[in-house]
Amino acid sequence: MEKPRSSAVGALSFYIHIPYCVKRCGYCDFNTYTPQELNTANLSLITTPFIDAVLREIEMAKKFVGALDVPTIFFGGGTPSLIPSSEIARVISKVRGEFNLEPGAEITLEANPDTLSASYLDELVVAGVNRISLGMQSAVPHVLAALDRTHDPENVIKACKLVKDAGIDHLSVDLIYGVPGETIEDWQTSYESALSLPIDHISAYALIVETGTKLAARVKRGELLIPPDDETAEKYLTFDEAAQQRGFNWYELSNWAKPGGECRHNITYWNGSQWWGVGPGAHSYFAGKRWWNVKHPNTYQNALASGNSPEASSELLSEANKRDEFVMLQIRMSEGISLSDLTQEEMAKVAKYRDSGHIEGANWDAGHLVLSRTGRLIADRIVREMLV
Amino acid sequence: MPAIPLNKAPQPSKTDPAQIRNFCIIAHIDHGKSTLADRMLGITGVVEARNMREQYLDRMDIERERGITIKSQAVRLPWKSGIDGKEYILNMIDTPGHVDFTYEVSRSLAACEGAILLVDCAQGIEAQTLANLYLAMENELTIIPVLNKIDLPAAQPDKFAEELAKLVGCKPSDCLRVSGKTGAGVEELLDQIVAQIPAPIGSANAPARALIFDSVYDTYRGVVTYVRVFDGKLSPREQIQMVSTGVRHELLDIGVISPEPVSSAGIGVGEVGYLITGVKDVRLSRVGDTVTSYHNPAKEALGGYKDPKPMVFSGLYPIDGDDYPILRDALDKLQLNDAALVYEPETSVALGFGFRCGFLGLLHMEIVRERLEREFNLSLISTAPNVVYRVFLEDGSERTVTNPSEYPNGKVARVLEPIVKATILSPTDYIGTIMELCQSRRGTLGGMDYLSEDRVEIRYTLPLAEIVFDFFDQLKSRTKGYASLDYEPIGEAEGDLVKVDILLQGDTVDAFSSIVHRDKSYPYGVMMTTKLRELIPRQQFEVPIQAAIGAKIIARENIRAIRKDVLAKCYGGDITRKRKLLEKQKEGKKRMKMVGKVEVPQEAFIAALSTNSDGESGKTKK
Repeated sequence: MEKPRSSAVGALSFYIHIPYCVKRCGYCDFNTYTPQELNTANLSLITTPFIDAVLREIEMAKKFVGALDVPTIFFGGGTPSLIPSSEIARVISKVRGEFNLEPGAEITLEANPDTLSASYLDELVVAGVNRISLGMQSAVPHVLAALDRTHDPENVIKACKLVKDAGIDHLSVDLIYGVPGETIEDWQTSYESALSLPIDHISAYALIVETGTKLAARVKRGELLIPPDDETAEKYLTFDEAAQQRGFNWYELSNWAKPGGECRHNITYWNGSQWWGVGPGAHSYFAGKRWWNVKHPNTYQNALASGNSPEASSELLSEANKRDEFVMLQIRMSEGISLSDLTQEEMAKVAKYRDSGHIEGANWDAGHLVLSRTGRLIADRIVREMLV
Repeated sequence: MPAIPLNKAPQPSKTDPAQIRNFCIIAHIDHGKSTLADRMLGITGVVEARNMREQYLDRMDIERERGITIKSQAVRLPWKSGIDGKEYILNMIDTPGHVDFTYEVSRSLAACEGAILLVDCAQGIEAQTLANLYLAMENELTIIPVLNKIDLPAAQPDKFAEELAKLVGCKPSDCLRVSGKTGAGVEELLDQIVAQIPAPIGSANAPARALIFDSVYDTYRGVVTYVRVFDGKLSPREQIQMVSTGVRHELLDIGVISPEPVSSAGIGVGEVGYLITGVKDVRLSRVGDTVTSYHNPAKEALGGYKDPKPMVFSGLYPIDGDDYPILRDALDKLQLNDAALVYEPETSVALGFGFRCGFLGLLHMEIVRERLEREFNLSLISTAPNVVYRVFLEDGSERTVTNPSEYPNGKVARVLEPIVKATILSPTDYIGTIMELCQSRRGTLGGMDYLSEDRVEIRYTLPLAEIVFDFFDQLKSRTKGYASLDYEPIGEAEGDLVKVDILLQGDTVDAFSSIVHRDKSYPYGVMMTTKLRELIPRQQFEVPIQAAIGAKIIARENIRAIRKDVLAKCYGGDITRKRKLLEKQKEGKKRMKMVGKVEVPQEAFIAALSTNSDGESGKTKK
C-alpha cells in the first residue's frame, strides 16, 4: 500500500454518513435504513451507539493521517436531522479535538424541512453548524407524491425562515426535475418558488432512475412514465437561465450559488482534494487511495467496536485513473479545464463541440475548456469522446 | 448373413466389372440417407458395430451438426447376393443434398449406373429430391424407389408409393420399404441393387479415363481426389494428367474407401476409388474433369465438365479490423478445399478492409461464413448478398458488377441479371399464397403439376436476386414450412434495375447500396431509412438518413440531435463507479465505426444488413 503522505497533503474534509430515514423514498438508492428495517421502534435507541462508532472511526482517521487541517464537515444521509443536536455536537467536537478544525470551517447538515424546530437549530449553531441543506425536491404536490415525498411545500418556506432566524447564513435547497408526471409548468412553479427563498445555494438534479429502486420497478411495469430526455434538457436550460437572472451562478453542472455561497465541501470531490467519509458505506479518498466502508450500520458498528477498520474494499488510483477522474470531474465545473492540461489529440477531438456551441468559444480562445449550457447537458458524451 | 469378410472379397483392380454395381442415394436432407448409409456399412460388415458412430460418412462437424452432406464420398461395400449367391462389390457414392451443389450432384450421378430414390414415407418427396431425380433420369440411371422410415407411426407408405410410382414410372408395389433405423428391408435393398442396376461397361485396354466426382483437401495428405474409372486402369506411381486443365501429377497413392482409405494395386474399369498426388489445392484437381494416363492419354475427355460459377456475392469484413490478415489466410485455406469459392480484396469506407466473395448460392455462403467463424475464430460482418449484373453503358462498353456500390451512376443502356427456374413442391392448400409470393418477386409461372391429390409441383421463372433476398424464409413462413424449393440458373434477362444508395449526413454508406427493381426502389428506401433511424443512436448533431437513386432522394428520415447525455449527480461515492463505466466504454468503443462524422455501432450494421435470407434455415435437422 502507498505510504500516506500525511505531512505533504495538508487538508482533509469530513463526510459523516447518517444512514437513517423515517421512510424510504421511491427514487432513493442511498445507503439508508428505516427503523423497521433495523428492528427498532425508535431511532433514539440506536443513535448513541452509532455515534460512538462514528467517533471511533474519526480517532482511527487521526491515527492514519495525522492531525490535518479540516476545512469542511458535511453531515449527509439518510436524514441527519433525525439525530439529536447533542450527538451532532459530539461528532463536531471530536473532529475539533483530533484535528485542526479550521476557523470558519464550513459545517453543513442535510435536513428534512418537516421536522426542523427553532430550538434544534439553535443547538446546531452552538455545536458549530453553519450551513443547512434542505431536501425540497419540488413545490408541486403531485410531483412530490410521485417521488414518495410527503412534506407540505409550505413547510419549506417555514423551515427556511427558522434557519435564517437561527442566524445560519448559508442555506441551500435541493430540487429534482424530470419526474414522472411533471410538466414544464410544474417545474417552473418549483424553481420559481425555490429561487424566492432566502437561500444562497441551490442544487437541481435531473431524476436518475436507479436500478433496484421502487421507482425503477414502477417505471418498468409501465405505471410511471419518465418524461422524454429532450423535455428534461429543456427544463435544465430554462432553470439555468432563471437562476442566473436571480443572481445564482452555476459552478458545477447541477449546482448554482450566489457569490460566496458555493458549497466548499462538495468542491473537494470535484477538484481532487482529500476527504474522509465516516459511517457505513461512506467513500474516502486520501493519498491516491479510494476506499469504502461496509454498508450495513450493524456490521459497521461491530467492526469498530472490536477495534477493526470498517473498510469493505479499496482501490489505488493509477496516474491514468487520476487523469480520467480529473477530466471527468473538472469538466463539470464552471472554471473548466485549462487547455494546457489537454493533449493535442483530446483538443482535436472536442474542437467540433466549440463549433457546435457546446463549448464556450470565448473561454476556448482564452485557453479554457468551459461547457456552455447545452454542452453541460452532454458532458458525459464529451468526456467519453475525449478519453475513450 | 450375406456379408463377406473383407480379405475374402473381390480385390480392387482385380474385380470383374460384371461384379460391380455403382449407385448413389438421392434424398432430401432429413429423409434418412445418412442413417441408411450407416446401416449398409453395418450390414455389409465394413464397419464393426463397436466402431459405428452416427452419420459415419459425414466428415465435417458442420455436416454432422446440420445433418447435411456438403461433399460426397464413395464407399466400397462387398456383398453376397441373397438372390444368386454370387459375390459383388457395391460402390455407394454419396451425393450432396442441396440446391447450391447441383453440379456436384450431377457429377456424382455421372459416376453411377443407378440411384436409390429415398423418400421419407411420413413426408413425401421434396423439391430438391425431385430435381435430382430428374437429373438422374436425364443421366439414364436405373432408379430404385425406396420408402424409408416405415417404422414411424406417421408413416403413409401406400400414399407415397403412389406418388413415387407416378414420378418414376413404375408400379406402387415396386417401391421397396425400409427402415434405416431398424434395418428392416435393407438386405433386400442391397440384393435389388445387384439385381436391377446394370454393371459398368468399359474397355479395359483403352487409354485410362476416370471421372473426378469429388476433390477434398486433407491437411496431412493434400488433395484427395475421388474418381470413377470408365476405361483402362490407374496404377500407383503412374504419371497422370487432368484433361481440361492439362496439369500433370504423379500418383503417390491410389486405393479404395472401405470406409477408411485402403491402398490398392490400382483401380480398373467400373471401379471407384481415391487418388493422391500431393497437390495442395483442389482447383488443380477439379470436379468433373477427366483423369488420364500421361504417357498413354485418352483422345477424348468424358463429357460434362464445367467450371464452377459463383452466383451469389457478399462482402465479408472482420469486425475487428486487426483480424484482416487472419481472414485472408482463412480464405486461402478454405479455397484449397472449395474450388467454387472465389474472393478478392475489397475496401469499404464503412466496414474497412475485407473481401468480396463469390458463392454457388446462399447455403454455400452460409457454410463458408460459418466455417470462417468456427474454424478460424473470426467475427465477421457480411453485406447483404447480391447476384452478378452485366451492365451495358450507353457508350457500348460492358461491365460486370459483383458489388452494388460499383454499379455505374447514370448512362446505363441496359442491365442483365441472372434468372433461375424454380420448382416448388407444396400441399395444394398453399397454391394461392405461393403464386402471390412469386408474382410479387417478378416471377413468371411456367407450369403446375399435381404429384398426388393434395400435392403440387409449381414451376416459376424468377430473377435470382429475388430468391437471394428473403425468398426462402417467406416461402417457409407462408406455407407453415410445408413447401420446398429448388432452383437452377437458366440464363440472364434484362431488368429495369436501379441502384439505391443510402446516405448518412450526405455521405453514401457503400455497404448499404443495393440494386433493386425500379418498382421496389421506393419501398426499399423507406424500409432502410426507417430501420437505420431505429438502429443508429442519436449524435450531438442532427443526422439525416436518405435513400437516393443517383442524385434523386426517394426517402428521408432524421435522427434528431441528442440533447441530454449526462448524469446529474457526481459526489464522493459516485466517482469510482463513474470512472469504471468510462473504462468499460473504452472497451466498447472498438465496436463503433465512423461514417463521416457519424458513429455507427457494429450492431447497427449487422442488423441493417441482415435480410433474413439464410437459405438453409428450416432445412436443418436441429
